[in-house]
Amino acid sequence: MTFLALFRKELLSYFVSPLFYVVAAVFLCLSGYYFYTDLIFFVTFGFGMNILENFWQLLLVDLRLVMLLSIPLLSMRLFAEEKKLGTIELLLTYPVRDGEVVSAKFAACAVVFGVMLACTLLYPIYVNILQPFPWLPLLAGYLGLFLLGLSFIACGVFVSSLTESQVVAGMATIGILLFFWIVSWNEAATSPQLLRLLIRVSMFDHFQTFARGVIDAQDVAYFLSFIGFFGFLTLRVLESRKWRGRR
Amino acid sequence: MIEIEHLTKHFGATHAVRDVSFHVKRGEVIGLLGPNGSGKTTIMRVLTGFFPPTAGSARVAGYDAAEQSLALRRKIGYLPESVVLYPDMRVRRFLQFCADVRGMSAARKRARIDSVMHDCGLQEVAGRLIGTLSKGYRQRLGLAQALLHEPEVLILDEPTVGLDPRQIIEIRGLVRALRGRTTVLLSTHILPEVSMTCERVIIIDRGSIVAEDTAEALTRRVEGSDRSLVRVEGPAEAVRAALAAVPGVERVEPADAVADVSDCAVCGFIAHSNSGEPVRKAIAAAVVGHGWGLIEVRPLALSLEDLFVRLVTEEGAGSQGSSDLSPVTTSNQ
Repeated sequence: MTFLALFRKELLSYFVSPLFYVVAAVFLCLSGYYFYTDLIFFVTFGFGMNILENFWQLLLVDLRLVMLLSIPLLSMRLFAEEKKLGTIELLLTYPVRDGEVVSAKFAACAVVFGVMLACTLLYPIYVNILQPFPWLPLLAGYLGLFLLGLSFIACGVFVSSLTESQVVAGMATIGILLFFWIVSWNEAATSPQLLRLLIRVSMFDHFQTFARGVIDAQDVAYFLSFIGFFGFLTLRVLESRKWRGRR
Repeated sequence: MIEIEHLTKHFGATHAVRDVSFHVKRGEVIGLLGPNGSGKTTIMRVLTGFFPPTAGSARVAGYDAAEQSLALRRKIGYLPESVVLYPDMRVRRFLQFCADVRGMSAARKRARIDSVMHDCGLQEVAGRLIGTLSKGYRQRLGLAQALLHEPEVLILDEPTVGLDPRQIIEIRGLVRALRGRTTVLLSTHILPEVSMTCERVIIIDRGSIVAEDTAEALTRRVEGSDRSLVRVEGPAEAVRAALAAVPGVERVEPADAVADVSDCAVCGFIAHSNSGEPVRKAIAAAVVGHGWGLIEVRPLALSLEDLFVRLVTEEGAGSQGSSDLSPVTTSNQ
């Protein structure tokens, strides 16, 4: 009940703010452009018959870049705005558990992102009308994108709880996420042992299996632990008011 | 209803509150009086379960602020010092959110929202965005959200700061109307405010209780001032000598600090006297007797700063005892 009330409040504040519409518009424009160019590329050069490997996989990989740039803009306000305004003080004197506050914010952002991602389902529907193709592997790819998005949000909520400045929260989130992307890129700069470890940590390597249409329990577990880890950190930050005495 | 025992709160090396103890009975209206930065807000934040004390304990409605914070938060209504509410929410929607968070039933929710909107005079702004409300309306909405769930204890941090005089009277009226039904702890740095609304006053300075007394006693103390401001149209030095000669007047000092003496024809003095002696009549007679123009003679109300200085010095001179002692009720030095 309390969670529901908080969740509704968070969701409402997304839909009354212009930021959400701007982010959603940019997200959909960029993903639409990627869809268009990737499709032209596939049709023109027609690498064999495998639309999954040569088109959808490329598009999914492109979409995650758009997500990397847009999700931090959605998550940055969650705590930073309340801290800046001072509303967090009143909120935390209501009979709400810290966990309910964090999960409601996370869930509201996840729903907003889910809506944006669902809009891109228009592309497979459109392609399917022109030329039917196997759906299920693509759905696995979408599950991967959604889990990746949830991980971005979990990280964004955590960073947002650290600062009063939305801009700082947004930029720092992008930085952390980009690091998780490029951490395993340069084989030459790391020893082979370290590289093996980095590939385990790299968020985007775990996404690759989904993009190929495979749901691997190991990768699902990775994303869930990533989300759980940042959720845990966020709770500790909220708790720090008990000994720091600042909001 | 509120039991605070040896409450201490540090922020790093800063002692915000040290060893504060007081009790508030059910239905009492208590004023927490002190200058800015004296630790009032910290005490209130501990009482609202926002953060636990470093040492000591605070219990509200039987619940420990550190251990049973969630149960405690159900029993209290809190109006923070700077009432900031979600600017992009509408007034009625915000109250609905507060009711939902507190898990009210649909019927009770509707009835209570209508009731507090009426009590706080919010009907005409029910559909407005909070961000567009004036300071006065926002303060009233802050009070409305604190009253919404009929809390057993109401904690108001500077409820009248930043309001215009008419709004201040309204808010004070609302608080007075709660007397006997709800336990109220309100903080302020305005002296007359506590005497108008509170039954008992706790004076706090630099994190410690300096005095605890009834509002009546405090008011009497302030009004029974032994300083008189005299403004006279006449030669300053002669006036000063004449004032000093009035029986009962112990000391005369220039009043530049407290009165406007920019008019060179008028001089102002503060006459110190033994308290209780009716010197103002004699002063008036003396001035008129010399043929000078008496502009005004009035008791100088004790300012909050004076009161503090007095209380602190009294405590230092007298018993170094516990904070339960009430130096205000001891005789004048």
